[in-house]
Amino acid sequence: MKTFVGIDLGSTTTKAVLLDEDSQIIGRGITNSRSNYGTAVRVASQEAVIDARSTLFRRALTEDGGLGTNVENFLSSLDRAVRLEQFLEQLDDLEETCSGQVKGERFAKVEAGVREALVEVFRRLREEAPALYAPGSKRKSDFFRDIAGSRYHTFAEDIARDAGLPYDLLLNVYDKSIIEVENRPPAGDPRDKFRRALARVMEEDASFKSNASDLLPIFERTLAIELDETYLVGTGYGRVTLPFSKEHIRSEILCHGLGAHMMYPKTRTVLDIGGQDTKGIQVDPSGIVENFQMNDRCAAGCGRYLGYIADEMNMGLHELGPLAMKSDRPARINSTCTVFAGAELRDRLSLGEKREDILAGLHRAIILRAISIISRSGGVTDEFTFTGGVAKNEAAVRELRKLIKENYGDVTININPDSIYTGALGGAEFARRAHFSEPDGSNA
Amino acid sequence: MATSLNGSKTTDIVGRAQALFDDLSFEAARQWKAAQPGRKVVGYMPIYVPRELIHAAGFLPLGVLGGGDQLEVIHGDAYYQSYICRIPRSTIELGVSGRLDFVDGMLFPSICDVIRNLSGMWKMMFPNVYVRYFDVPQNYRDEIGGNYYVNELAELLHDLGELRGKPVTDDDLRHSIAVYNENRRLVRDLYTYRAQYPWQAPAPEVYLILRAGLVLPVEEHSQMIRDYLAAARDEERARRDNCRVVLTGVFCEQPPLNLIKSLELAGCYVVDDDLLLVTRWLTGDVPIEGPPLQNLAHAFLHHSESTAAKYEPDLKEKGQHLVRAVRRSGAEGVIFACPSFCDPALLDRPMLQHVLKDADIPFIAFKYAENSGQMQPIREQAGTFADSIKLWSGT
Amino acid sequence: MTTKIVTSKSAPAKEVEKDASMVKQKEMMAAHYDRLTSAPETGEKVCATFVPGNLNELIMCFGLVNNLPEVNAIQNGLRRQSGSYVLEAEKIGHSEDVCTYVKSDVGMMAKGNIAPNGKKFPNPDVLLLSYTGCFTFMKWFELLREQYKCETIMLHTPYMGDGKITKNMIEYMVKQLKDDVIPTLERISGVKFDIDRLRENLRKSTRAEDDLVRVLQSAKNKPSPIDGYFGGIYYIGPIFGAFRGTDDAIDYYRFLRAEVEERLAAGKGPVTPDGDMPKERYRLVVEGPPNYTHFRQFWKMFYDEGAVVVASSYSKVGGVYDFGFRHDPDKPLETLAEYCLGVYTNRNLPQRIDMLTNYVNEYEADGLLINSIKSCNSFSAGQLLIMREVEKRTGKPAAFVESDLVDPRYFSAANIKNRLESYFQMIEQKRASARAA
Repeated sequence: MKTFVGIDLGSTTTKAVLLDEDSQIIGRGITNSRSNYGTAVRVASQEAVIDARSTLFRRALTEDGGLGTNVENFLSSLDRAVRLEQFLEQLDDLEETCSGQVKGERFAKVEAGVREALVEVFRRLREEAPALYAPGSKRKSDFFRDIAGSRYHTFAEDIARDAGLPYDLLLNVYDKSIIEVENRPPAGDPRDKFRRALARVMEEDASFKSNASDLLPIFERTLAIELDETYLVGTGYGRVTLPFSKEHIRSEILCHGLGAHMMYPKTRTVLDIGGQDTKGIQVDPSGIVENFQMNDRCAAGCGRYLGYIADEMNMGLHELGPLAMKSDRPARINSTCTVFAGAELRDRLSLGEKREDILAGLHRAIILRAISIISRSGGVTDEFTFTGGVAKNEAAVRELRKLIKENYGDVTININPDSIYTGALGGAEFARRAHFSEPDGSNA
Repeated sequence: MATSLNGSKTTDIVGRAQALFDDLSFEAARQWKAAQPGRKVVGYMPIYVPRELIHAAGFLPLGVLGGGDQLEVIHGDAYYQSYICRIPRSTIELGVSGRLDFVDGMLFPSICDVIRNLSGMWKMMFPNVYVRYFDVPQNYRDEIGGNYYVNELAELLHDLGELRGKPVTDDDLRHSIAVYNENRRLVRDLYTYRAQYPWQAPAPEVYLILRAGLVLPVEEHSQMIRDYLAAARDEERARRDNCRVVLTGVFCEQPPLNLIKSLELAGCYVVDDDLLLVTRWLTGDVPIEGPPLQNLAHAFLHHSESTAAKYEPDLKEKGQHLVRAVRRSGAEGVIFACPSFCDPALLDRPMLQHVLKDADIPFIAFKYAENSGQMQPIREQAGTFADSIKLWSGT
Repeated sequence: MTTKIVTSKSAPAKEVEKDASMVKQKEMMAAHYDRLTSAPETGEKVCATFVPGNLNELIMCFGLVNNLPEVNAIQNGLRRQSGSYVLEAEKIGHSEDVCTYVKSDVGMMAKGNIAPNGKKFPNPDVLLLSYTGCFTFMKWFELLREQYKCETIMLHTPYMGDGKITKNMIEYMVKQLKDDVIPTLERISGVKFDIDRLRENLRKSTRAEDDLVRVLQSAKNKPSPIDGYFGGIYYIGPIFGAFRGTDDAIDYYRFLRAEVEERLAAGKGPVTPDGDMPKERYRLVVEGPPNYTHFRQFWKMFYDEGAVVVASSYSKVGGVYDFGFRHDPDKPLETLAEYCLGVYTNRNLPQRIDMLTNYVNEYEADGLLINSIKSCNSFSAGQLLIMREVEKRTGKPAAFVESDLVDPRYFSAANIKNRLESYFQMIEQKRASARAA
């Protein structure tokens, strides 16, 4: 079947969306952007393809009806199993790479010990892997680096201590290897991964095994569908170095506008507050961008600003919003200057102002900046769609709702939990339109 | 006039001035206007406009000095890049939010490109308001700059006459000049008094009293100064071991009141400054006799204050006003507090500092915005400065 | 009619395409800098003044050599010297907030005052402070006066606050010229003022001005044979600089006009540093000065996408000629006054909006692009309102980028490119949907 891929290469994460011919989303993938954009793109795409397979299974199974209401259970088991397979594959790769690093003068006296330790580290990693992907288990991140890294460190420290080996040697081996592994897109036929995953699911859950005779043909039939990458469009902040040729690149503004339109067809104004910049976009009823403005050179009020504040307050980024929500007397924060934010914060804390009041004030300050950018782009027209990382922050959303109401009256405000995919979605739709030579595929 | 007419204390008078300062909707001016049909209010921005003309038309001159540190700017930022100072955006905020909706005219004096361009923006944004860019001569010869200025004043006066529906006469103008002469004398008295007894008339209070004059009818303001001076003389206040400084910084954009307070808390008595220069721009009485516009022009050309927005034709005179202010007020140093992104103030500063250096006058410098929230660095710098002056004078 | 020039950098040389007119201009500039730097030997006296309100015709009446500090700052920007000069000025006490033309100039002085030809600039004999359209000029020359301790003449051009030139303004300026500027220049130069010489110079100005207007207005054609911003900066060089009122300028503009007409007849687009621009895809009007530290990189972001600037306000910064004004030899002093009063930065905001709206319409542009310059409040303060108004009046979308004149720290290529590409694609997308409709 034909698929249309949109890639949004952001400064921190890379997103991919796969559409079918009817503009239906069939797959989404996300990975951390690395120094190597090409790999980030491949990894995100592959994630999206895996997700798409899942969608195809869902379609096939729903049509078949054999599993009844158990379809979602099955799919989530399958999804976890696929991820586990992928994780194990990458562990193998990491182990091999690590072991390749054990050479040279530094290891002269300890080579055998280090090798032994590595074998043990990876044995333990493999051993606990299934638990990581067990139903209901929470992973703080789905990126290989994050999952493998922290556990590697823990195990390596213990093992090094017990074996009387220098811990930093093991650490060094890992640091050198992880970048290499990360920049190597997963190898092997993805279909085999699915087959292994299915086998694992069957083994774990007898109810699925009993259905095997029905499931397997559907499964193989669906796997046999070729997912052709019919057309691809890339976008994103790192667009300047996007590894695509020109006709496959669209500006993030255009993609974002169209993506918001796809999510909420009545969208006319889009606000995106990302880590690096803030965008105000006006789109026409068909998702065509009519006007846009971005923050000026001063990055005050972008998502990154909240990051600084979180660091300054020794809090997690996601903790800021909830704490700010507790305030009923927001402080007036006068400077959204990132440079001065820390100093102003300390000054106020030392004067005895409450953390939640200061935070509430900071959130308001950020939204005020955003409102001025929207205003530069032409104001707010119903409906209004808010995207980007800051859209997940409830305190920011509260201030935004207030200010929109005060200044523009009753406006429908859309916030999609998957808004992180907005740009990639727009890109995928551009790809679809370009392929079918529809107008405003804007073959630039 | 040794005692306050109504026997009020400084705290009452300052309290009133503080309330006027805090009121971002200009209630007092609104009430003045509403009190009689036909009254009009003409706003003006820093640093100098001849308020006598507005007064002569029977209007209230209203100083519009930005939004300070209490105004939340919601719309103003949409009009300005981050590298432009703060006062135009908060001024636009005042306008867009309706806080100036009772103002019939606005004057934008010639001080810098930002305020200059704001005059055109105001024309576009508030088409029903009389808007004038008020140019002043940078040539100080009577037959050249003087003539030009007289004609500019005449144009303004003509417009004001149109606005009230009746031409303004020379006698109207003479009366207003007399009223403002009186007000300027009182301001000078206040400054002289403070230079002598800075602990009796603290800088934040003097600032508030002066600032009230930008929103009150001048007659009322003159009385306020009289009352304050009388009350201040009656009170005995604690004298601190502070050093004495001249505060300078062009001050189109106003420093937060907290900044002025911080200086005194950090050990610096402000004994002279160039805050709110409009209240004492003309340094002596303007003659009542003779042609009033010529008299105002002559005073402007030959007897007015120096500031960065004004050309100094004589190299030897450059910066000497600051040296004179130091000598006159018995100051021991100069504090430069300049608005961020203020080209005139910041470009002038190195030249003034060279002059001070040559005159062996110590100085420090920092920047602020009208809404600066953090005073800690300023307190630290001013405190260190005060200490070093004391050490230096002790040796 | 193009010549290949090989840049004389030590880096692997890349050939830069230049029009013959550019080569000619380069020669003129080189000759002028040589004349300036050899003034101590030749005994010629030097008058420094500014581009807006540049009274070259008058200065030449006294045999003075004109030195324009903005042009020097631009040269230093293009030659990548300005960054270190700006830092030097900040080191000696200038704020990071203020105009980098001034800081580049002050820094250059502190570092030996070396002209582009490698020789030392002579100290000026007089600073003609033509105070026109920019408040910073006053501080700039006060700063120079402090260093050079030389005579300084203030010529105050009132601002067109109400969008009109009044009798009072003209009289004021004429009086300043008659009673202040001219007698002082006579005294400094030792040359008696001859009004006929001024008339003659003004007559020459008019001829060059006619040709300049033809060149700039050639951009109304499709495709435009010129770029009215990046290319325009070259075209305005001689007439805004030390050549207005000279035979050299007449020759240059006649030559330039012929060159442009030839391109027009051949249906060619503008010449860029990478050769002829192949296809005109976007027509823009640009407001604001350019960035000089990354001039070519900035330009490339346009021509790589087929974007041509058909009109710009910056090419009017040293005089607005396209609405009919010409220097008038019959009213020599009044015409100088009128010239100063009419320069772009001396016009009020509503006038600027009218002008830009007119350009978008007359030159059939796709929209307005504002390059907002940190240094230059005269241009920049109010540009966001200008943008809004021009969008409203023309129905064409505008875009906004930021940079600085000669401060390399303030040029973010990725940022600007990102916005420009988004803007071009938006225009393209709107066209496509208009075609479909």
